[in-house]
Amino acid sequence: MTRPFFSGVSRRDFLKTCMTATALMGLPLEAVRRVAEAAQSPGRPPVIWLHFQECTGCSESLLRSSHPTLASLILDLVSLDYQETLMAGSGEQAEKALEDSIKENRGKYILVVEGAIPTQNEGVYCKVGGKTALESLSRAAPGAAAIVSIGTCASYGGIQAADPNPTGAVGVSNVVNQKPIINIPGCPPSPYNFLSTILYIQTFKKMPVLDQLGRPMFAYGRRIHEHCERRPHFDAGRFAEKFGDDGHRQGFCLYKIGCKGPATFANCSVQRFNDTGTWPVSVGHPCIGCTEPDVVFKTSIFDKVQIHSLTPPDTYPAAVVEEKGKGADPLTTGVVGLVAGAALGAGAMLVKRLPKEVGDEKSD
Amino acid sequence: MTEQVQYKPLGGTIFTRGLFVLLFFTIIGFSLIAVRFWKGIGAVSNMTDVFPLGIWITYDVATGTALACGGYAIALLVYILNGWHYHSLMRSAILLSFFGYILAGFSVVTDLGRFWNVYNIFMPSRWQFNSALLEVALCIMTYCLVLFIEFLPVILEWIRGLGWGTVSKFADRFAPKLDRVLIYFIVLGMTLPTMHQSSLGSLFLIATSKVHPIWHTMHLPLFFLLNCLFLGYGVVVLESTLSSYIFDREYEVRVLAGLAGAGAWIAVVWLVLRIADLAWRGRLGMAFAGGDRYSLSFLVEFLLIGAGAYCLFKPKLHSARWLFISGMLLIVGGGLYRFNVYLIGFNWTHHWKYFPALPEFLITVGIVAFKFLAYFVLIKILPVLPAKHEPHLAGSPDWSSLMQSKIKSSSNWHLP
Amino acid sequence: MKSQTRRGFLKCFGLAGTVLAVGRAGFASEGAINDNGVGLLYDATRCVGCKACVAACKRANDLPPEKGSFDPEGIWDAPADLDGKTRNIVKLYRESESVWSYVKVQCMHCMKPSCVSVCPVSAMQQDADGRVFYDKTRCIGCRMCMVACPFIVPRFQWEKPLPQIVKCDLCKFSEVPRKGKPACAGVCPTEAVQYGRRRQLLAEAKRRTETNPGRYRSYVYGEHEVGGTNVLYLASAAVPFDKLGLPNLPNEAPAAFSEKIQHRIYKGFMAPLALYATLFFVATLNRKKLSKGGEKEEER
Repeated sequence: MTRPFFSGVSRRDFLKTCMTATALMGLPLEAVRRVAEAAQSPGRPPVIWLHFQECTGCSESLLRSSHPTLASLILDLVSLDYQETLMAGSGEQAEKALEDSIKENRGKYILVVEGAIPTQNEGVYCKVGGKTALESLSRAAPGAAAIVSIGTCASYGGIQAADPNPTGAVGVSNVVNQKPIINIPGCPPSPYNFLSTILYIQTFKKMPVLDQLGRPMFAYGRRIHEHCERRPHFDAGRFAEKFGDDGHRQGFCLYKIGCKGPATFANCSVQRFNDTGTWPVSVGHPCIGCTEPDVVFKTSIFDKVQIHSLTPPDTYPAAVVEEKGKGADPLTTGVVGLVAGAALGAGAMLVKRLPKEVGDEKSD
Repeated sequence: MTEQVQYKPLGGTIFTRGLFVLLFFTIIGFSLIAVRFWKGIGAVSNMTDVFPLGIWITYDVATGTALACGGYAIALLVYILNGWHYHSLMRSAILLSFFGYILAGFSVVTDLGRFWNVYNIFMPSRWQFNSALLEVALCIMTYCLVLFIEFLPVILEWIRGLGWGTVSKFADRFAPKLDRVLIYFIVLGMTLPTMHQSSLGSLFLIATSKVHPIWHTMHLPLFFLLNCLFLGYGVVVLESTLSSYIFDREYEVRVLAGLAGAGAWIAVVWLVLRIADLAWRGRLGMAFAGGDRYSLSFLVEFLLIGAGAYCLFKPKLHSARWLFISGMLLIVGGGLYRFNVYLIGFNWTHHWKYFPALPEFLITVGIVAFKFLAYFVLIKILPVLPAKHEPHLAGSPDWSSLMQSKIKSSSNWHLP
Repeated sequence: MKSQTRRGFLKCFGLAGTVLAVGRAGFASEGAINDNGVGLLYDATRCVGCKACVAACKRANDLPPEKGSFDPEGIWDAPADLDGKTRNIVKLYRESESVWSYVKVQCMHCMKPSCVSVCPVSAMQQDADGRVFYDKTRCIGCRMCMVACPFIVPRFQWEKPLPQIVKCDLCKFSEVPRKGKPACAGVCPTEAVQYGRRRQLLAEAKRRTETNPGRYRSYVYGEHEVGGTNVLYLASAAVPFDKLGLPNLPNEAPAAFSEKIQHRIYKGFMAPLALYATLFFVATLNRKKLSKGGEKEEER
C-alpha cells in the first residue's frame, strides 16, 4: 500500500498519546500497555474514509490535534487507504485505490463516513467520482468490519438535514443496516473521541459501550450541564441575560441566552478543543447542542432548553418560618361575614317575633 | 280524652320561596363538590400541611354531628330520665339527627383524599384499634343505620296510610314486629353517640404538643361528650321553636322549659369541670388572662355557654323568645369549643394561618342547606310532626289535660 | 314483665363475653419498644449544605421537582419545605455571619410513632427495624397522621385529584434493596448523615459531644423526645435545637398518652357493653313504670 504520509513520532510522545487515549476512554492505567501494543501491531486495520455532504470540518478537527501530529499517528495506528482531504493521489488513481482496498480488505476495514447522504431524487445532490453518495456507501459498507460516522452530519444528517431538508439528507444509520455503526457526533467532534474509539476497537477487538443513539458512552455518557465549569453560577442563579451584559462579561451561566448544555450529551467541557483548553462556553458562547439530533439545526441557538432532572439551587429555605399559610382573602371574608350577618339578622328578627310571655297563654 | 299522639304530615306546598333559596345554595355547594373530585382538594380548599383539617371536618363532622345530637339528647331524657312528655319531639329530632349524621358522613367522604380506598374501613384485617378515627367511623355508620331503623315506623305509618295494596299490607304486618325489637335499637341509639361523641374528642388526645394548652387535656373525651349533650338540648329548642314559628304552630314552651333545665345543668357541670381541669393543669391564668387570641377565644366560648346556662335557669326567662336565645347561646358557645380544639387552637406554636377558601365555605353552606331542604320537604310528606293543635280557637283542650292524655296514650306502645 | 327485663339484661351480658374475645385483636405497636432499630445520625456541624442528599432522595424515590416561588421558569428543584414531592430537605438557620447551621429535615422515625397509632386502616406502619413506612394502597387520605405528628412530617399532595401522603421511609423499598442504605446516607460527602443501628449511633453521638464539647451542643436530640426517635441530631454549640426547627417536646410519646386513655375506656369493649346494658335496664324499667302509671290512671 502506498504510504502517502511521513512518520516521525518519538516513543515518548506516542506513549503520552496512548495514556491520554486510555484515560479518555475511562480505562484503568494498566490498559496503557495494551493500547500501545495494539497501536504498534503490524496488523494495522485498513481505514477507508468517505466524504459526502460535509464541510470537512471533522477532518480539519482531526488535523488540529497537535500532540503528536495526527498524521504521523495515523501512519502507525491505521492504514489509511482512502481519504479525499489528506491523500496525495487524485482522480482515477485514487478511485482505483479505493476499489482495491475494498476488495482486498473485505471484512477487515473500518469504514469512516464524514458527511450526510442525500436520498432525494436518487441522491444526485452529492456525487464524487461520478458516483452518488448512496452508491459509494452501498459499495463500501458491506465489506466493512465496522462503520464509524464521524460528525453530526454522518450521524444524523446534520445541517443539510435542517428544515426543509430539500436533498433528503440523512445519517449513515438511516441508510445502512446490519452493520455495527458507531456515531461520533459533534460539529465538529473532539478528535480524541474518534481517536480513542479507533484505539479501543483495535485493542479490545470489540465495540465500546454505546448509548441508544450509537454514541460511545465514555464520551457521550454525561450531559454538558453536569460537568460544566459554570454550573455553580447556574445553581446560584447568576446568569448572563444578554450578550455583552455585565453577567456575560463576568462569565456567568449562559442558560438564559440559549445554552443547550442541559439537553446535550457530550464531553466538550472536559476534553475541550484544539489542545488549548477552550470550548464554546468557556469563551462565552452558549452550547448549541451539536451532538444531539433534536437540538442543533432544529432549535434556535438562543432559545432556552427544557431541563430534566432538576436539582436544588444554591439557596436554602429558612429553618423556621414565622408566618405562613393561606389566610383570609377579602372576598371570602366578605361572604362569610355576609352569611354570618344574615344568620344573625334572621335570628334577631325571629327573636323579636317570638312571644316573650313566660309559659303559654293557657297556663294555669 | 284518651287520645293517641297523632303525627301527621304537615302538608302544604313543597315549592315555597324558602325551598328555592335552599336549593340554590345546595346546587352551588354540590357543583363545587364535583370540582373538588375533579381537580383535587387543593383546588377548592385552603387546607395546608400545617392545617390538614379545615372546616369540613371541624364544622360538618365535629360540630355538625353535635348539632345532630338532638335525637340522642331527647332519647336520654325520655327513656332514662322518664320524661315521657317530651316524646312528641322525638320523631322530628330523629329525622334531623339522621340527616345531620348522613351528611356528616358525606362530608367525610368529600374530605377524604383517597376516598376510593374507603372500603378498607370495612375490612377487619386492616383495622388498627388504637385509632380513635376508626371508632368514630364505624360508630357513626352504625348509628346512621340505627337512626334509620328508629325512623322506619314513620315511613311504615306513611305507607300504611297510602293504601298501596301489597306494600301497605306488608307494612301492616311488619310494623308490630318492628315495634317489639325497636327498644333494642333505641338503647343502641343512646350508646353509640356516647361512644363516638367522646371519640371525636379522643381524636385530639394524641396532639399533645399541637393543641393549645387551654384546650388540650386528658379529659377531652369527657368534655366532648358533655358538650354534645348541652348542644343537643340547645338544638332541640332551636328546632322546635323554628318549626313552631315557620308552620304557625303552638310554641311548646312548657316542654322546652323542662328540657332547658337538663341542658342548663349539663352546661354548668361542663363549665365547672373545665375550670377544675384548667386549675389542675395550672392554666387558669393562661385561659382567663392570657391577653392573646387564644385567651380571647376561650373567654368568648366560656361566656356564651355561661350566659346560655344562666338564662335557662331563670324561670322568668322561660318564654319562647328567651328559650330560643339561650338555646342559641349554648349552640354557638358549644360549637366554638369544638372549633377551638380542632382549628383555632391547633398548631398554635406555628403562627400559621388558616381561613376557609370561598369554595370550601360554600360547600359547607351547600351541605347545610341540603339538610334543611330535605328536612322541610320530608316533614311535609311524612307524619313526623305531632298533629297540630289550634292555639287560637276557643274550646281547645288545656295544656295539663293534654299532657295527661299524651302520657296515657304512650302506654299503648306502638310508636316510640 | 319482670322476666322480660331480666331476659333483656342477660342477653346483653351474653354478648359481652363473646365480644371480650374479639376485643384483644389488632392493637398496633403493643409490646416492648425496640430501641435498636435502624436510623440516622445527622451531625449539623459536618453538614456543608451541598444538598446531595436532597437530589439523591428525589432520584432514588422517583420524586418530581418542586418549583420554587422565586423560580417562575422552573429550572431548579427548590422546595421550601417538605411537601407532596419532597421527602427530605436541607434548610438553613442563619443568625449572623458567624452563627449559622444547616439542618436536614425528614421523618424522625419515632420509636413509638404517633402516625401509626392514629391511622384507622394501618396505612402507616412500623416494621421490626423501627422504620415507619407508608402503604398507599390502604390509605384513605384522612390525614390523621398529619394531625398527630409532633414534627409535622407527613405531607399531602393537595394539588392532585388522586393524592397520597409523602414521607421518608428510610428508602425501605427503594435504595435499601438496591444499595443497602438510604440514598441520603449513601451520598453524603462529609458523613454528616450516617445510617446504622440506633444504639451505635447514639453511642457515637454521645462520644462526639463528650470529646468535643466546644464544637457540639452537649445534647443529642431524639434520644428522649416523644419517647425517643430513630433519627438523632447533633447541633453546633452556638445553635439551639429549636432554632433548627426541632421543637421542645416532652419525653412522653403522645401515642402512649392517648392509647393509655383509650384503652382504659375501651379495654375488651367492657365499658360500651356495660353502658348498653345499664341503659337498657333503666329504659325498660321506666317503660314498665309508665304503663303501670297509665293503667292506674285508667282504673281511676
